[in-house]
Amino acid sequence: MVFHLDKCIGCHTCSVACKNVWTDREGTDYMWWNNVETKPGTGYPTKWEDQDSYKGGWVTDGEDLELRSTSKSKIIPNIFHNPAQPSMDDYYEPWTYKYEDLFNAPEGDDQPTARPVSMVTGEHIDVEAGPNWDDDLSGSEVYAKNDVNMDGLNQEQRAQMMAIERLAFFYLPRICNHCLNPSCVAACPSGALYKRGEDGIVLLNQDRCRAWRSCIPACPYKKTYFNWSTGKSEKCILCFPRLETGQAPACFHSCVGRIRYISNLLYDADKIRELALLPDDQLVEAQREMILDPHDPAVIEAAKKNGVHDGIIRTAQKSPVYKFLKEWKLALPLHVEYRTFPMLFYVPPLLPVMSSTQGDVVRNEVDELFGDIEKARAPIEYLGKMFTGGNLGKLRYALRKQLAVRIWRRFVTVGDISEDKAKAALAEADCTPEAADEIYRLSALATFDDRFVIPPFQREMAIEMLEDPHDHRSITGFGSRMAPKRS
Amino acid sequence: MNDYFWLGTLPYISVFVFLLVTIRRYRIRAFSYSSLSSQFLENQQHFWGSVPFHYGILVVLGGHILGFLCPKAILSWNVAPLRLLVLEVTGLAFAVLTLVGLANIMIRRLRFPKARRVTTAGDWFIYCGLLVQVVTGIAIAVHYGWGSSWYSTSLTPWLWSLVKFSPDISYIAPMPLLVKVHIVNAFLILLVFPFTRLVHILVVPNPYLWRKTQVVIWNWDRKKIRKSAD
Ligand code: SF4
Ligand code: SF4
Repeated sequence: MVFHLDKCIGCHTCSVACKNVWTDREGTDYMWWNNVETKPGTGYPTKWEDQDSYKGGWVTDGEDLELRSTSKSKIIPNIFHNPAQPSMDDYYEPWTYKYEDLFNAPEGDDQPTARPVSMVTGEHIDVEAGPNWDDDLSGSEVYAKNDVNMDGLNQEQRAQMMAIERLAFFYLPRICNHCLNPSCVAACPSGALYKRGEDGIVLLNQDRCRAWRSCIPACPYKKTYFNWSTGKSEKCILCFPRLETGQAPACFHSCVGRIRYISNLLYDADKIRELALLPDDQLVEAQREMILDPHDPAVIEAAKKNGVHDGIIRTAQKSPVYKFLKEWKLALPLHVEYRTFPMLFYVPPLLPVMSSTQGDVVRNEVDELFGDIEKARAPIEYLGKMFTGGNLGKLRYALRKQLAVRIWRRFVTVGDISEDKAKAALAEADCTPEAADEIYRLSALATFDDRFVIPPFQREMAIEMLEDPHDHRSITGFGSRMAPKRS
Repeated sequence: MNDYFWLGTLPYISVFVFLLVTIRRYRIRAFSYSSLSSQFLENQQHFWGSVPFHYGILVVLGGHILGFLCPKAILSWNVAPLRLLVLEVTGLAFAVLTLVGLANIMIRRLRFPKARRVTTAGDWFIYCGLLVQVVTGIAIAVHYGWGSSWYSTSLTPWLWSLVKFSPDISYIAPMPLLVKVHIVNAFLILLVFPFTRLVHILVVPNPYLWRKTQVVIWNWDRKKIRKSAD
């Protein structure tokens, strides 16, 4: 999966599409399997990136890999009360309005109002937080200032980001990353979470979940949620019923900015453990190394030997994700230092450079039209903390290449930049004119078929042959054979 | 009170229902096999109920089971008065811990509207049952001391007579009412056990300690599919 952040317009269509399909039931009311947050900001749940308190992901001393939250030795003492467990206050209390009051209020001098009521207790509440409460509030004292990624910045950089005339923000849409080394799976005492072999989707067997909730602190992205009504955890299922019938997940399909790309990759699962032991700044490269070249005859041969179907190899070869990730090296994993090897990659945003007004004239502070990435409004260190485990080289590479593509396209379409200069910019960014055109096409003009290259799993047929699909339902993470009533 | 029914028949009914319903529920409604946690809705007081209650009851229940399985060991431990005293005091301390935890759990579930929202009638039934059990237990320990010894000499033989299908209630028929209430209530709890949240005790996740870290499930045999497609 790739999300192209420069294209996200922060419309939340993706979140609403997901909510309408999967989480409009009691107990899931506060869940947003897909959410969009404003960065800098504290996100949802509040400060989810603060692993000192939530204890998500893995830690390593170079030799061993351990869960930060519940290693096998720590689970026993914490079994009756896990202190890292988030509560509803960390998300928000879901509410609705008493709309009937608008119609039933007795006649009087005042307009009737619909008061907010909690969807948990049904009682009146004062709404103090919501799933996107920090939307567009960059620079705010309450939200942006408490962004965990700001911690590494020096005073000057922090002040710069908060200065009113320099404010900048971008949107960060998030879903479950369907990680290669999922800490949610590793933490589940009941073995209810699992990764599907065929497509790597991480699912949660509702019949086996025993409400230990170990997955919730363990997932550093806070993408498993506790259904307070059924007492089971739930998570994004990547719309597998859609994928199995050749359609993109609802959030991908509905994305207005067309920022989302999905396809399959071939990777070497045997390397996961060893590579997860590397230091933070080597992890981006390590994960790229794990992803194999689907055109390499040796890889194809090995894949076939392992029972990978030709159709799946073919879609891997056409994968837009592979291009962004390996060929162009534009896409980066979010918080790779959590060591779960997330399989959702982000093309980092190329923030606008400073401009100022003199009288009626808007001036760029730098002479060049597109400026210099070092002078971008969000300090490169800030983005580095989010996307490259602090490895700024990898980040600069991705930003510089995006910039070079813009310069090149300006030369092609407008022509006020000389060919030499455009070519020099490309060369400096390790890019060719052909690649630049292709990056441009896949970023700006991509159709459904370019963005969603979905492998022909035909999985439902396989399941029908093996077992009763009705029985199968409840173990696939969504749906159950009984009404979710408790006794 | 018809002693023979309560002490000679009820245990069989309870165990029978327990076995039948727990197995049936696991097979048909595995989904419901857990305890509905409310920590997510109320995380301030949760610790003070759940933790003392669980540790308390684990030790107390463990003591009862030990007395049932190896009464001789308990009796020989108790020959020295000091050791008997240590055992009694430990048991009592953990019983009080259980009571404190249980009281906190009940107060918390009453006091916080969000926790109340996920508390069912079945939960209240079981809380009251447990409360009676813990209170009578503590009262027995205080009034009729040295229970670890007389439990092993009187109750254990009766329990074994039940196991051997020749119930002999003469061991316990002369016991004080308080003790009988404690016993009968225990079997009533066992009777409702499979219908309530208590089933979560049966699904402690021991395999976690030795399973592989990651779980990957294939829904088809890859190699076979590959062959048929070739
Ligand atoms: S992002 Fe998804 S797969 Fe990764 S640890 Fe969290 S819930 Fe598990
Ligand atoms: S629908 Fe697309 S553009 Fe809109 S917020 Fe979601 S990811 Fe961004």
